[in-house]
Formats: sequence, C-alpha cells, structure tokens
Amino acid sequence: MNTADQYLKAIYLAQRIEEGPASTGTLADLLEVSPASVNEMIGKLEGRDLVEHEKYKGASLTDEGLERAHHALQTYCIIERFLANVLEVEEFRDEARALESVIDDTVAERLDTIIDRPAECPDCFDPELDCCERLEPVDGCAD
Amino acid sequence: MSLGQRVSSDHQLARLLQIGVVLEEVVESRAAHHLESLPADEREAIDDEVRELLAEAAEESADHRERLEALVDELDAETVAYEEINALVDARYGPPEDTDGVLYDQLCNEETAYKFYDDLIGAVEASDAEFAIDRDRLLETLYDIREEEREGVEEVTEIMERRA
Repeated sequence: MNTADQYLKAIYLAQRIEEGPASTGTLADLLEVSPASVNEMIGKLEGRDLVEHEKYKGASLTDEGLERAHHALQTYCIIERFLANVLEVEEFRDEARALESVIDDTVAERLDTIIDRPAECPDCFDPELDCCERLEPVDGCAD
Repeated sequence: MSLGQRVSSDHQLARLLQIGVVLEEVVESRAAHHLESLPADEREAIDDEVRELLAEAAEESADHRERLEALVDELDAETVAYEEINALVDARYGPPEDTDGVLYDQLCNEETAYKFYDDLIGAVEASDAEFAIDRDRLLETLYDIREEEREGVEEVTEIMERRA
C-alpha cells in the first residue's frame, strides 16, 4: 500500500473517530509522523481532488478519496485477518501496521482467497480497537 | 503505521518471507485443484500445453516455497504447514469456469507473485538493517525467484495470446 493510500485510510478512520473533519494532530498520531508532514501530504491529496481541507477544521475525503480509502482499509483488514487467523500472530495489529507499506493490494487479494471476511468489510472496522469488530483472533481483539 | 517501504528487522523479514511461502502454497494448491475441479469432459479436453503449464507452476511454486522456508528457518521463525494452507484453499476454493478461467487465474498468480517479490526486494534494498542471514544470499534468492515469476507471466501470456 503506498503512502497516499495510507494517508487516505488514516483520514477515513480519523473522520470516524472525530465524527467530522480529521484534525492534523489526530492524523499525525495515527500515522506516527510530524504535523508538518501531514500538512504537506494533505496539500498533495487536495491537489489530486482526493481530500478537501478547511483551515482550523481539518481534512475530509471527497467521494473519490472515500472510495480509495475504503479500498485501502479493505486491504488492511485482509492483512490483519490473515495475520490473526492464518499465521495466528498474537500481535497482529502491530505487525499489520509494520507490513502494510510492503503489501500491495493485488497480493492482499490473493491472501483474501484463504481468509473469511464479512461482506460488510470494511464498515465493520473499529477505528478505536484498530481491527475489525468481528475479527476473532487467537488472543481476543478487545483489550 | 509504517510509512515508507523498507524492512527494518529480522522479525519483519521473516514475516514477509512467510507471506511469500503462503502465496506459493496458494499457487501450488490452486494449480493442482484446477484440473481436478473441471468436469471430466472439460478435463480431458485440456490440451497438453495447459496441463504442462499447471504441472510446472505447481512444481516451481514448491521449489520457491522450499527456498523461502530455508531462509525463514535461518531467521528462527515458524512456518505454516502446507497441509493447513491446503485445507484453507480447499475450504474457500472457487473453481474457474473453464480453461480460459484457469489460465487467467494462473496469470494472476504469477503477476501477484512477481509484484510481491519486486516490492520485497525494494524494501530490503531500501533498508540498511543487518539481518541474521547474509543480505547478498537473501537478495540473490529473491532475484532468482522474481525472474522465474517474470518468465511465468510471459509463458502464460503467450499461451493466452495463441489461444485468443
């Protein structure tokens, strides 16, 4: 997953957490980067019509941005589910975050052929838990 | 979240190699299932070229899997048993409708594997981390496998073009 898609996914999750535009601070926390880096990338995504940015409020996804964010979150869900249910990784969230930049969506689609994913995916992703609310991992998700 | 494509630890490398092992297992298993899944008359109608392609793909994937597993062993990480992955493929297998579907699935397999190894190589090359296995040997193995996947894409594409 490329950096732009990781940002779009983070904006989508931040918008759900904040129930409104995603603030720079929340995005910086989610992405573990500086607020300056966030602002720079938001500018680029705005230039590509994927994000709308309102000063002092934050970033919101456009329809096209939302579609891409959905797709990116699906890819992330596949990685988490694959790690948790196929490789039985206890720290699947940490590992998914570490691996997502190296796993392309075409690769995730192949991994998807051996996992069981709800039809509602990615709407059932819980941004607070950082995993699908219906995922049943080896160690339990809700900690 | 980790921005930027690089492999920074033995653990992360082992996990990525494990994903490679699973991808190869999926290819191996699906290639074997394709022939079995077709109705008897369609199966008999499959020409030697396609039959040979699937047999070679399964054999090549088994070879790639073993080479990746040898690397994972040196990193002291566990791999998932082939039987377990095979059971998952069995449970979730949706057979292609016909020979063209079989070839298309095989093309997806080869393209996906090529993309995976290409990204993995890029992520290893972008990292200055010291791994428990020799970096040159790791990269040589990955270059070899990527090249074979590239040849695989060409081979399937040629067969598809001839049949079109």
